[in-house]
Amino acid sequence: MAEFALPANSKVGKGKVVKAPAGAQRIKKFNVYRWNPDDGNNPVVDTYEVDLDTCGPMVLDGLIKIKNDLDPTLAFRRSCREGVCGSCAMNIDGTNTLACTKATEAVSGDVNIYPLPHTSVIKDLVPDLTNFYAQYASIEPWMKTAPPAPATTERLQSREDRAKLDGLWECILCACCSTSCPSYWWNSDRYLGPAALLQSYRWLIDSRDEDTGNRLDDLEDPFKLYRCHTIMNCAKTCPKSLNPAEAIASIKQMMVERR
Amino acid sequence: MSLRTPLGRVRGLGSAKHGLDHWWYQRMTALALIPLGIWLLSSFVAQIGNDHDAFKAWLGTPGRSVGTSLFLFAAFYHMKLGVQVVIEDYVHTRWINMTLLIATTFICVLLGTASIFAVLKLAFGG
Repeated sequence: MAEFALPANSKVGKGKVVKAPAGAQRIKKFNVYRWNPDDGNNPVVDTYEVDLDTCGPMVLDGLIKIKNDLDPTLAFRRSCREGVCGSCAMNIDGTNTLACTKATEAVSGDVNIYPLPHTSVIKDLVPDLTNFYAQYASIEPWMKTAPPAPATTERLQSREDRAKLDGLWECILCACCSTSCPSYWWNSDRYLGPAALLQSYRWLIDSRDEDTGNRLDDLEDPFKLYRCHTIMNCAKTCPKSLNPAEAIASIKQMMVERR
Repeated sequence: MSLRTPLGRVRGLGSAKHGLDHWWYQRMTALALIPLGIWLLSSFVAQIGNDHDAFKAWLGTPGRSVGTSLFLFAAFYHMKLGVQVVIEDYVHTRWINMTLLIATTFICVLLGTASIFAVLKLAFGG
């Protein structure tokens, strides 16, 4: 059966409180999920008091401040710090988003930070995205044509056809959408999830790709595609303001078109 | 524990190459149920207080018995498709999943057939 309660060893307890240095003026509390695979203990939520006057404006700046000055054991992924790499995706203030583009001031009250929901945690805020990446690989995200790529020229595409890729190519595979989707929570072993399906549609709609039929064949499955029940969490949470639900609806439309 | 590669696990047994019909008929039956449901419900409300013979007389015309039968067919078909999705979503223990799916099909076919038979029996003067 689907599990609706956390298993006993995943129940989250209360952790330590790290106070801000004396004299700090603008204090914001960061409540951060912590779990260490090496100590055998249940996860806890640690509270860090961050002085916003000595720290950058984004939630990621707060996390870096914590790691640098308050607690070097905190683990999280980050790289570009400008919403392009997708590494720092996490659940902030109840919504999946990128820590680097979420302003700390935009959170009213304490900043509650958890890893992406319903993922296996490797440590603290670092989720295991192995399955997510394998699903992306499974849609074969590359140009497929019968003749080999032209040696000296580009593959041509009209402006109108190129415009069809807008709203799709911007996806950075941060996994915010897929891990916000209840259908993906219960069936991520078989349902490809919004991110992989949006990426799949990016190749289905590409005028230069010649493998559309086979791509649709691979998707026509009660679980791979049709587990989408248009819950729309994906579109709501996407930090790049894309609409995976619309892309999935377009795939379903293509299925109807060719029947 | 499995040493299978992540891609091998994701590809699994491959695409079932169906799913469109389920999705399509769920929407088609939903569409059909909107006018049929409104018509039948308002007709039933108008029948409040009438006795069995009056209801039999109402149902006796070809249009009304066909309409009622179509409503019942669409409703039980829609129910079967809907409950199937709920079971597939939430019930992951293989044998419970299979048992529930089979039971759902049988129950929907049984109830659908029985209720359409009841309409015909009334319409043909049972």
